[in-house]
Amino acid sequence: MENILKVDKIEKYYGSRSSLTKAINNISFQVEKGEFVAIMGASGSGKTTLLNVISTIDKVTSGHIYIDGLDITKLKGNLLNKFRREKLGFIFQDFNLLDTLTAYENIALALSIQNISSKEVDIRVKKVAEELDIKDVLEKYPYQMSGGQKQRVASARAIITNPSLVLADEPTGALDSKSSKMLLEKFKYLDEMGATILMVTHDAFTASYAKRVIFIKDGKIFKEIYRGENTRKEFFDEIIDVVTLLGGDVNDAL
Amino acid sequence: MMLFKLSIKNIKKSIKDYAIYFFTLILGVSIFYVFNALDSQTIMIDVSSSTSEIIQLMMTILSGVSVFVSFTLGFLIIYATRFLMKRRNKEFGIYLTLGMSKRKISLILFFETLLIGILSLFIGIVLGVFLSQVMSLLVANMFEADLTKFKFIFSSSSAIKTIIYFSIMYLIVILFNTFSVSKCKLIDLLYSSKKSEKIKLKNPYICIILFIISIVVLGRAYYIVTHDYMALSEVKDILKPIVMGIVSTFFIFYSLSGLILRIVQSLKHYYYKGLNSFVFREFSSKVNTIVLSISIICLMLFVTICLLSSCFTIKNSMNKNFKELVPVDADYSVFMNMQNNYEDYIEYGYNEEQISTSNYTVKEKFKLLGFDIIPYFKDYIEVNLYATPELKLCNTLGSKLNELKEKYEFLDYDSEEEVIMGINEYNKVAKMYGTQEYTLKDNEYMIIADYKSMAKVRDIALKNRETISLFGHTLTPKYTQTKNGFVEMSSNHINTGIILVPDKILDKNYIYENHLIGNYKLKNEEEIRELEENINKLDSEKDKYVLPNGATKLSIKEATVGLTAMVTFIGLYLGIIFLISSAAILALKELSESSDNKEKFQVLRKIGTDEKLINKALFRQIAIIFLLPLILALIHSVFGIKFAIQVLEVFGNEELIPSIIITTIILVIIYGGYFMITYFNSKNIIRNRN
Repeated sequence: MENILKVDKIEKYYGSRSSLTKAINNISFQVEKGEFVAIMGASGSGKTTLLNVISTIDKVTSGHIYIDGLDITKLKGNLLNKFRREKLGFIFQDFNLLDTLTAYENIALALSIQNISSKEVDIRVKKVAEELDIKDVLEKYPYQMSGGQKQRVASARAIITNPSLVLADEPTGALDSKSSKMLLEKFKYLDEMGATILMVTHDAFTASYAKRVIFIKDGKIFKEIYRGENTRKEFFDEIIDVVTLLGGDVNDAL
Repeated sequence: MMLFKLSIKNIKKSIKDYAIYFFTLILGVSIFYVFNALDSQTIMIDVSSSTSEIIQLMMTILSGVSVFVSFTLGFLIIYATRFLMKRRNKEFGIYLTLGMSKRKISLILFFETLLIGILSLFIGIVLGVFLSQVMSLLVANMFEADLTKFKFIFSSSSAIKTIIYFSIMYLIVILFNTFSVSKCKLIDLLYSSKKSEKIKLKNPYICIILFIISIVVLGRAYYIVTHDYMALSEVKDILKPIVMGIVSTFFIFYSLSGLILRIVQSLKHYYYKGLNSFVFREFSSKVNTIVLSISIICLMLFVTICLLSSCFTIKNSMNKNFKELVPVDADYSVFMNMQNNYEDYIEYGYNEEQISTSNYTVKEKFKLLGFDIIPYFKDYIEVNLYATPELKLCNTLGSKLNELKEKYEFLDYDSEEEVIMGINEYNKVAKMYGTQEYTLKDNEYMIIADYKSMAKVRDIALKNRETISLFGHTLTPKYTQTKNGFVEMSSNHINTGIILVPDKILDKNYIYENHLIGNYKLKNEEEIRELEENINKLDSEKDKYVLPNGATKLSIKEATVGLTAMVTFIGLYLGIIFLISSAAILALKELSESSDNKEKFQVLRKIGTDEKLINKALFRQIAIIFLLPLILALIHSVFGIKFAIQVLEVFGNEELIPSIIITTIILVIIYGGYFMITYFNSKNIIRNRN
């Protein structure tokens, strides 16, 4: 299958020469079109840094990242913005919705900055709202919505541009278990509809919805497991096993 | 010492973000210094004694204005301090949780205010000293004096005054800070930023109705002040449109703030284009909290615009008037036949002896005083003005009297006698002045005046062809309107009407004023000044005789120049202070808004918005806030200036366009400058620091 994302021997160092921290120490992996991948690891393992460099929010020290065959480590300025706008969709732990805009306007913004006509914006917003079950809250402001609704609105904003890759940073981090489950079901649905999702989490339950889980420890890939034909429950148990193996902060992973 | 270090760090941090506020403070200090140091700047130029009297008067008025200015600046400082303090709630909250006492927090604030005060005063005065050197050039130019001996001048009295005034302001700020710190609660400090603001849109129908009512009220106020200024005789008549204007200004902004978003939203193509939805949502979310300040700023801008353009108009017109209304060197006049109105003159403070010796002309009076003035003249004429109880304003208006009385309540219809003059005598004056000469038939009269509002009143009667009766003759008007003209030289248009009649019907016993008008032989200004000073020395005889009153080119010129300078300086002083205060408040609001919105712009960046689009959105956000009050202020000003022109009519008002241009330039430079600085500063604040 076609590669959407190819991470090639990337490294990210922080600090000065005297006290160097290797946040990412030589990581390589690939994500194919239509995949749903979770990246797991304890706090400080480097998973958020990994997401930041893939999303072009941060820069790598060495190595290359290809998205749709394009080396994004070489992009600068407005090309970077254009790339982000057209190829990526973001979902954040704290939703990052604009509080003065209604849900509808928040979702529409992703399209209007691409100069898409208001008529088409309307059609696409309504369609994505249908898919994510947020038609009722379109006219509400963020402060009037529940956390789950907010995250689904944020997800709608992320996928409405039909991005090549949807990046989710701890999407369930601020949600209760019921809302988490509902959101993840929607992720599964989006994946089935053909979206490619890369999700960072430290929660095994959340990760169990993915088709593949990459474990990171101390800036390196520790292990990689595929769900294959297993049920979600079986996959969850398998993830827990690896988490136990990872040691250290088990509680943090649960 | 720890507290002091904290203070310094805080100041460093806030100076970076709110440089424009500190800049305004410094500017305020230096402007305060400059205008209070004006008198010492005039030391270096040569001025006559009468001019220096005017400078004294100007300084007295300017120090009165300074009190007003310090109120304005004091308001700005307290507003800004309160504003900046609110933004530091969290910081204070952390101090309190760390166990710092409220007293110590007050102490931090005390050090901060002290440091800012000392710094701004020091830099401001240094800047002011340099600015006032530039001012010297302007002063010399105003008083048409040569800047022969340029000296670098430091006015210690102005510096001390500046320090005292600003120290008082800072002291009030310190008291205010201490009070508000002692009142605050920890919970509010820590969580004040977390309180999510509810977004409440105003009811559009109420907004529309309010908007329409406000527009109607405002229109009515505009109409009242512009359609007929002579009808606004009492304070309450003028207060009414002012109150109407203020209230409707507020409600226009109030209703408009609710409507703008709706209007833009209905333009779907525009609303869902780029970041427009974001810009207008942001605007409408914060607009409720700024309606009041925008209204105040709008009114301040309005006052500034009117003040500056009126002042420049007065300045320009007075120079022009001087050329037109002072065509010859001297016009000496003296009252005659004072016994005709014996009681009135006694009431005015003349004594019996003065009245009994009032049957001399100017020429005769000078001789009587032992001073023959005639040899000093190259050419001269003598003319008489008449007045009789037979002819008062009520007698010239005829059948229109009652109608006009109702409309212009404040005019004196029944007691003051009209000024009358023979047509041939008037023509002598006109010939000398180079103005229009007229002819009258035996049964005709006409009226000359140059005070337009009064001319308008008289025109109503003339148009109706009202006849007058005088010394047994009945006269009909030759023209249906008053003609432009004057007899007495003056710096302004003050002739409210002289009735010209055939010479032969006049009765010598009713001469009330004799004029001697002419040009001196002397060419040198020094010699003329000496002559006029000698004439002034005749003062010692003033208890015995009413002395001839001289309206001379030299004396009018000195008064004009002084008044011009006074008006210009007061206008500039107040105008600039108002302008920088209101611009600084807006800048402060927008800058803090930008730092609040940092996160939001970060979100926009994360979803891939172009920097260009972000900058455009920022520009629009700031532009809307700066433009809203300006636009309404400009509309207000159109009518305000119209009104001011009428009030200032005596000064003449033909020179309006250049003053509006100068005002616009000042406005664009100062207000526009603040706008641009705010924009670039905001851009810096929201810039991606990753």
